[in-house]
Parts: sequence; structure tokens; C-alpha cells
Amino acid sequence: MVAKGRIVWVSGPAVKADGMSTAKMYETVEVGDSKLIGEVIRLTGDVAFIQVYESTSGLKPGEPVVGTGQPLSVLLGPGIIGKIYDGIQRPLDEIASKSGAFIGRGVITTPVDMKKKYKFKPTVKKGDQVGPGSILGIVEETPLVTHSIIVPPNHPGGKLADIAGEGDYDIEHIIATTEKGGDKLPLKMYHKWPVRKPRPYAERYDPTVPLVTGQRVIDTYFPIAKGGTGAIPGGFGTGKTVTLHQIAKWADSKVVVYIGCGERGNEMTVVLVEFPHLIDPRSNRPLMERTVLVANTSNMPVAAREASIYTGVTIAEYYRDMGYDVVLVADSTSRWAEALREMSGRLEEMPAEEGYPSYLASRLAEFYERAGRVRALGSPDRAGSVTLVGAVSPSGADFTEPVTTHTIRFIKTFWALDTRLAYSRHYPSINWMQSYSGYLEDVSKWWKENVTGEWYDLRAESYQLLQREDKLKEIVRLLGPEALPDEEKLVLEVARMIKIGILQQNSFDKVDTYCSPQKQVKLVRLMVKFYKEAQKALKAGTPLADIRAMPMIPSLLKAKFEIPEEQLNKLDDLDKQIDSQLRKAAGSAVMTEEAKVVA
Amino acid sequence: MPETAGIEYTKVAEIKGPLMIIDGITKASFDELVEIETADGERRLGKVLEVGFGKAVVQVFEGTTGLTITGTKAKFLGKTMEMPVSQELLGRVFDGLGRPNDGLPDPIADKFLDVNGEPMNPERREYPTSFIQTGVSVIDGMLTLVRGQKLPIFSGSGMPHNILAAQIARQASVVGTKEDFAVVFGAIGVQYSEAQYFKRSLEESGALRRSVLFLNLADDPAIERIITPRVALTVAEYLAFDLGMHVLAILTDMTNYAEALREISAAREEVPGRKGYPGYLYTDLANNYERAGRIKGKNGSVTQVPILSMPADDITHPIPDLTGYITEGQIVLGRDLFRMGVYPPVNVLMSLSRLMKDGVGEGKTRSDHMEVGNQMYDAYSRAQEVRALAEIVGKAGLTGVDLKYLEVGDMFEQHFLKQAPDENRTLDETLGRAWEVLSTLPEGELTKIRDKHVKQYYKGK
Repeated sequence: MVAKGRIVWVSGPAVKADGMSTAKMYETVEVGDSKLIGEVIRLTGDVAFIQVYESTSGLKPGEPVVGTGQPLSVLLGPGIIGKIYDGIQRPLDEIASKSGAFIGRGVITTPVDMKKKYKFKPTVKKGDQVGPGSILGIVEETPLVTHSIIVPPNHPGGKLADIAGEGDYDIEHIIATTEKGGDKLPLKMYHKWPVRKPRPYAERYDPTVPLVTGQRVIDTYFPIAKGGTGAIPGGFGTGKTVTLHQIAKWADSKVVVYIGCGERGNEMTVVLVEFPHLIDPRSNRPLMERTVLVANTSNMPVAAREASIYTGVTIAEYYRDMGYDVVLVADSTSRWAEALREMSGRLEEMPAEEGYPSYLASRLAEFYERAGRVRALGSPDRAGSVTLVGAVSPSGADFTEPVTTHTIRFIKTFWALDTRLAYSRHYPSINWMQSYSGYLEDVSKWWKENVTGEWYDLRAESYQLLQREDKLKEIVRLLGPEALPDEEKLVLEVARMIKIGILQQNSFDKVDTYCSPQKQVKLVRLMVKFYKEAQKALKAGTPLADIRAMPMIPSLLKAKFEIPEEQLNKLDDLDKQIDSQLRKAAGSAVMTEEAKVVA
Repeated sequence: MPETAGIEYTKVAEIKGPLMIIDGITKASFDELVEIETADGERRLGKVLEVGFGKAVVQVFEGTTGLTITGTKAKFLGKTMEMPVSQELLGRVFDGLGRPNDGLPDPIADKFLDVNGEPMNPERREYPTSFIQTGVSVIDGMLTLVRGQKLPIFSGSGMPHNILAAQIARQASVVGTKEDFAVVFGAIGVQYSEAQYFKRSLEESGALRRSVLFLNLADDPAIERIITPRVALTVAEYLAFDLGMHVLAILTDMTNYAEALREISAAREEVPGRKGYPGYLYTDLANNYERAGRIKGKNGSVTQVPILSMPADDITHPIPDLTGYITEGQIVLGRDLFRMGVYPPVNVLMSLSRLMKDGVGEGKTRSDHMEVGNQMYDAYSRAQEVRALAEIVGKAGLTGVDLKYLEVGDMFEQHFLKQAPDENRTLDETLGRAWEVLSTLPEGELTKIRDKHVKQYYKGK
């Protein structure tokens, strides 16, 4: 029996209702005359504490509260890709068509078009045994994503008493019926799943394949694996959102779920504007055909912000279960944590650090644990992954604040954004000394098999130069660069070249925005070769000034944007120029020596 | 909610800080507007923060000074706070709650709008891409303002943020005079002289009749400040999206706003976040700042330039910090430059315009614009490093290129950054000056500029 109660107290997004003794924890309820959507988050006697996902302005005690008997769930079926949802899976375009440019309240929508017909092709036949998670057939959701129709994971399975033939059906149509122990159960092209419950899988695999993002500092220096976890903390203006957009644009995953959680409205708009026109370099199709957006901007109701993370990750798991690699980016988990804090405050819970609830760490852990590369339930055998990347917005860019410190405990790749780098316009401002990746060894095999065996060593050699520079800079700061011997000045010079020519990447430049693994390796190899050859030349007596003046250096630094992917052989010319120009520099040095001798 | 309209209660249970708690409530709704009548007949306004179990917590905008437990009447008006709007608002001056302050009668309302507004649907937003020429080199060249952007000025006490904001308001409105523009100015707890300066500046440029002013001055009730940006932005949205005007909304000083918020939070005994500010400060600020932008299919736009003073010039203080996370960049004024007498004293390295990339370039401004901006950042940042080094090792310890960067630093500040408060530079002049600065450097240092642009504009040897 569903609960029917009355509002007794309202304060912002928090509402108390009495007469709710039959309500369940985390049940979805309709609040007030305008039927605002809410969720029960505490029960005391017959009083339910409800967080409301819409503005409660004008709500008053005495108005009704009605339970739905269901936990907060998302609808999973064809039609999700390409959509932009609010935090509780209401399509924003539908809301706009009902309430205009500003988001009204109590708008009732369906997450996908229930009437749209999809061409269903069965992949099983009548009489087959199907279990939870088994694939019944496929429909073309977008030209990029073939959508598998899955038996819900909580379905008992059984023998197929009936399966629809190939044809066009809407998603409400019963496409299959199972029979088990005399019980017949109908199956449609969609099912619902509670957002706070991770979708089950058969087995977990180790992540070994890198997620190629086309961003040099990520792929080459601090890679993330498919099915892995990463966090990107940074103060404002350090480029969190731009970096996340870059990952969403260029990552080699099948599906991207982008959660705008408590961030700017225009940041979601720009995705909506750009993605339909951006072409995926691998499939040559618009990126929007593989993207789902969940937008709960900073000015939208705070409780729905808390839900948006779960809505997004459940959708990601659903596509994982089809055997796809899915990337989920969440911008920003700090705003989600603040939503937790706000509700916790209204519940008058005892706060832990900076007013955050004591369960902040466990909530973060639960979220990041939903990442992984898995074997999906049911037949046929298939592996899929969910990679989770979360932005963190530490207050005052202080990485010792609770959300950052707790997040670090549960992730394996850490991209630390640095305010000072951002001030000097070094973008992406990923600090190469603070950042780390726990997947380096895991993905090196992939590089060896798919790009080159040199990757691991080239990365280490170039990274070592950056580390040496970091130490030398201390001396320079105290004594000036002239205090260093030429050999060490050369290290500074090459480190500068690596910073400009490799680490810095312009997301807004047509060429530089995406850098293939092949180009990445070539660029790093050029830098390492330059260093080694210059080091030799220096030993042989070539003056450092002549090495610095080599005309190929500016070309090498601009190669990232002047040489497009189709002309990578031009990088080989630069390779030759290192030799010839160093020889020339050495030659002129020898000549001056000779001149001295003659004199 | 008409059935609750005008219900009057007289049972005041408690008065504390800016709050009044009323007992015996039978019908009241969250956010409802309340009219309070004191024992001696004075009328004040308030709104419901919390309602339930027969009690309502009411926040009194004009403050609770002089209120009494007995004899005070509270009338619940059955609606949320609204602002009457119409074209007649242009040229008028209001108080911090949106009541006429210029001795003229109430303007005739075209409609009444809830001052809290509603969140703009991201799906219906038009992404901002039109360049606004402000005539200020550092902004146009490196921190381009785009129509529909929210770009705050982070300042400190005594620095010329108002002069800069007024210059932007005057000069930005001169360009594109064919289009309908308007200025909405919200003074939040600022001194009389500051508000007066702004008003005079608009008057002299002839923009006052296209402006709407909301004044909550330093000696006006503090709690009123919660409403001032809201009424100002409600009017801005109306002018932009109902009347199709390009609106520049200037709000100064948001620090006073946040302090009023803290005062209420403290009175409600809420668990504080950082520095005593409520945990929802971010959300609350966002509800104001996000009321900027453009809407698909509508002509107008709201461009927001909020001004805030950083307590003790500290950019990590919660107010500038949270603001920076919401706004699309920030213009930071620097104490050092201010002391050196450079106007505008913009610390470019700490400043940023997130939408610049979308507002400049081929077909919008000039194809080299973005690259020049980036190179200028790079050059000035190197110059600062070299300056720090020169302080230790002396000029004599510097090598050739480093000496060039020292020169660039000075030229940047004196030739590019510095200009008069009434100097209106064209974009070509701004970019020309930038190239003159960059031409001090050897060509090979221009690593952020495409070769073709270097060929076209570089003037060095």
C-alpha cells in the first residue's frame, strides 16, 4: 500500500510529512499539489524526511504527499543516446517544450520517446534459455551505437515462450515472453533500474587497455585504463572543464556519459552546440551520436544534483552491460558533495570536517567502485567497461580539503591541476610532479603491441628530464641560471621544450586538440633525441648558445599544431634537421677553434 | 495560493537577529512574502524561510530593530516576492527592494515577476559568441568580454573597480549603437559616493535614460541586500528576453551580499561551511550569477559584471573562490600595479575570460587575436619570472633573451595595459600595441603564434 501523508514542515529542499508510516527509505514520492518529485531520506515514527528535486517555493504545510512504492529509478532502453537529461532523467528538451526557456516545476515527461519505432532484430529464438543479462536482440539506436536489448539483471530468466520477429516496434511493445515454472513474464525493450544500486556483472577483469584521449600529458605521462578511475582536482580557472570536455570529445570509448553536476549552464550548452558538429576521428560520425548528457546546473535544485551522479553512472553501467567501453565524466564531484552537505545540515546530522557529513568518504568510495572492466551477465559472452573521471573543485585550490583527500583514496590516476601553471597559461595545467598514474605498467603492453615498444622508455627518459629540471630550478631561483654548468643548462632548455612542445596542448586549436598515440611517440622521441645529440655536441665543444640558436627548435615546438595527423612524415624531416643543424653548429665551433689556432 | 492571501497573525514568539518567529500559523507557504506592521504603524517586508508545526520563520528585510513581541502584526500575502516590470523602468532609480527611490510615482507595471527567477534551461541557451568591444586594451586583447557572459571584477578596498566598470558600461554601449542596449546597476551595500560616481558617469555619457538603478547603500538595511541582486537581475532578464535589449548588469559589491547571507545563516544556527559562510553559499551565488546569458530565438542578452572586494586581497577567500567557480572567468585587480599608478591595474596572469575563444578570431575579430592574446600571457608570465630572478642575481646576471623579457614586462604595463579612464581604443589599436610589445622579442620566441601571422604582423628584427 502506498503511503499517503501530509506536509508538516518546509525549509528549502527539505520537507517533512506525517502519516507516512508505510513509506520506504529512498522511495520516490510526489510532494504537494503540484506533484513535485521527492525522495524519502529519513523515517522517524510516521514522519518522513523528504528531499525534493524541484524548487519548493510556495509549498505549504497541509498539502498531500503520496508515495510511489518505487525507489528513484532510471528508464533504460533505446533513445537515451544524444539526450540531455536533468538530474532525475527528465529530458530538458521536453521540459523546454512544456515550460519554455526557463525550467518550470511539476513537468511530467518520459525519459525516452515511448512511441518511436525501432527496427528490432532478434538474436535468440523461441525455446532458447535466457538468463538475467542475456541479449534478446539488437536495435540501431544511432549510427554509432547498436543497442542490445537485455533481459533485466533482476529477472529470473527462463525459456523463451515467445520472441518477436524482425520488425519495427515501439519500446512498450512486448517483444518476448519467458516461461519458468509455469510463470510467464513479458519483456519489453526497456526496463527500469534503481539508481543507487550498482548493476550486477559476472566477473571483474583487470584494466589493461589505455583509454586513448588524444591528450599528450594524459596518454603519455599519466594514462588511465579503460575501466579505471581518475580524478582531476583544480582551483577555478585551471581548466578542469576544458580537460573533461577534451576527454569526452576524443576518448576512444563507445559511449560517453557527461554529467554536469552543479556547474555552469553554458558549459552544457556548448556541448550541445559543438558535439553534433564534431566528428569522431575513428568513426567519422558526429560525437553526439555516442554522448548522453546529464545536466543539473548550479542554479537547478540542489537535491537533484545529488541524484544526477547516480543517474549518470547507472546509464553508463547499462551500456557497459551491452559490451561497450563507456567513459563517464562528472563535473564536479565537489558540488555533489556540497549537495550531500546541504541535505545533511537540514537533517541536523553531526558534521565531520568542514561541515561535510561523516559518510562523505563512503559515498565517494561507492561511486568510484562502480567503475571497472567486467564480463557482463548472461549470454553471449562480452566484456564492457565503465571508466570514471571526476573533477574536484577544492575550495581555495587547497588539496587538503575533505573532498580531494577522500577522493584520492579511491582513484588510481590523479591529474593535479596547478593554479600557477594556469596563471602562466600552461594548459592543460596538469602538474607533472604532483600527478600520477597507477596504470603505467598495466597499459605499457598495449603501447608495445599497438604503437611501439619504445613508449615506456621514451616516457621515462623525457620524464626524467622534467624531474631534473624541477630540482635545478631550485638552484636557479637562488643563484641564477649562470651558476649552472652548460650540461645542466641544456637540461633546462630541453625541459622547456618538452613543456611547450608536448605538455602544453591547445584544446581550441583544430590540429592540436587531438594528438594520436603515433604522433605523441614521435614528438617525445624527437625531444629525447634532441637532448642526447645536443649533449654529445656539447661534450665535443659546441657552445650552448649555438645549440639554442638552432633554427629547427621553433619548428619542433610548433610541430604539435603546424603538422597535422595526415603529414606525420614531416616529423621525420625534423629528425634529420636535428642531425644536420647540430653538425653545422659543431662545425662552426670547430672553425672558431681553428681560427684561434691560426691566430 | 489565493486562499491564504492576506492572513494576519499577531503571535510573535521570538525575535532574533534578522529573524522573527511567528506562532499559531495555520496557513503559510515556503518563500511567501510577509508584510509586517510594527506597533507604531511602520510597514516592513519579510519572507518565509521555514514553515511547519504551527510556526513560521520570517526573515525581515529592513531588520528587526524596534520590533516588539506584542503589537506586531504579520500579514502573509500569499505570493512570493515580485517585481513590477515594464519599459517605464528605464531611467528610474529604486531602493534595494525595488521600490521607487527617485521621488517619482510607481511605474505602471506590464507584469509582475518573481524575483527569484527560474533556472534557464541549458537546452534553450544560446551559446555566447558575440564580441563586445570595451575599448579597454587588456580586456579586448586578452580577456575578451562576450555578450551573455558573466565576468566579475575581483578587487580590493580602495582600488578603481568602479572606474573600470563605469568605463566598460560607457564604452561598451557606444559600439553597436544601432542595437537596443540597457544598463542595470545594483548597488549592494556600497558607499553613497560610489553609487553617485556611477550614476554621474552614466548621466554624462547619456546612458542614464537607458539604465535602471537599484541602490542599497552602506547605511541601508543589511538583509535587504539579499534581494537587491535579485530584483536587479529580474529586471535585466525582463529587458533582455521580453523587450529584446542587450543588458549589461553591474552588481557591486557581492561581498556585502554574501555577508548578509552569513548573518541570516548564523541567526538560524546552521552548520557553517568555510569562514562561517553557509554551506549553500555556492548554490546561492550561482542562483544570481547564472542569470546571465542568451536564449535561443530571442534577441536580447544579459551580460553580468559583478564586482566583489576580496577581503585582505585574498583570492582564496570563499567569496571570490566560489564566484570564480561559477562565473566565466574573472578580472583580477592587482595591488602592485595599483601602487605603481597603472590604470587599469589588471593582474592579467590571475585573470581569465573563459568565453574569449568563442568570441574572437576569423569572422568575429581578427584571425591572430587568440594567438596574440596567448603569446602576450606567455611573454608577461616569462617577464615576471625574469623580474624575480633579476632581483636575486641583478640585471648583469641575465642573458640576452631574458633581458628582452624584462623590456617586454615594462612595455606591456606602460604601452599596452595602461590607458586613461576615458580612452576608448579600437581593437586594431589594441592588437597593434600588442604586436609592438611582442616585436621586442626575437621571432623564435613566438611559439604560440602561427608562422603566417608572425610573417604578417611581426615588426622586430
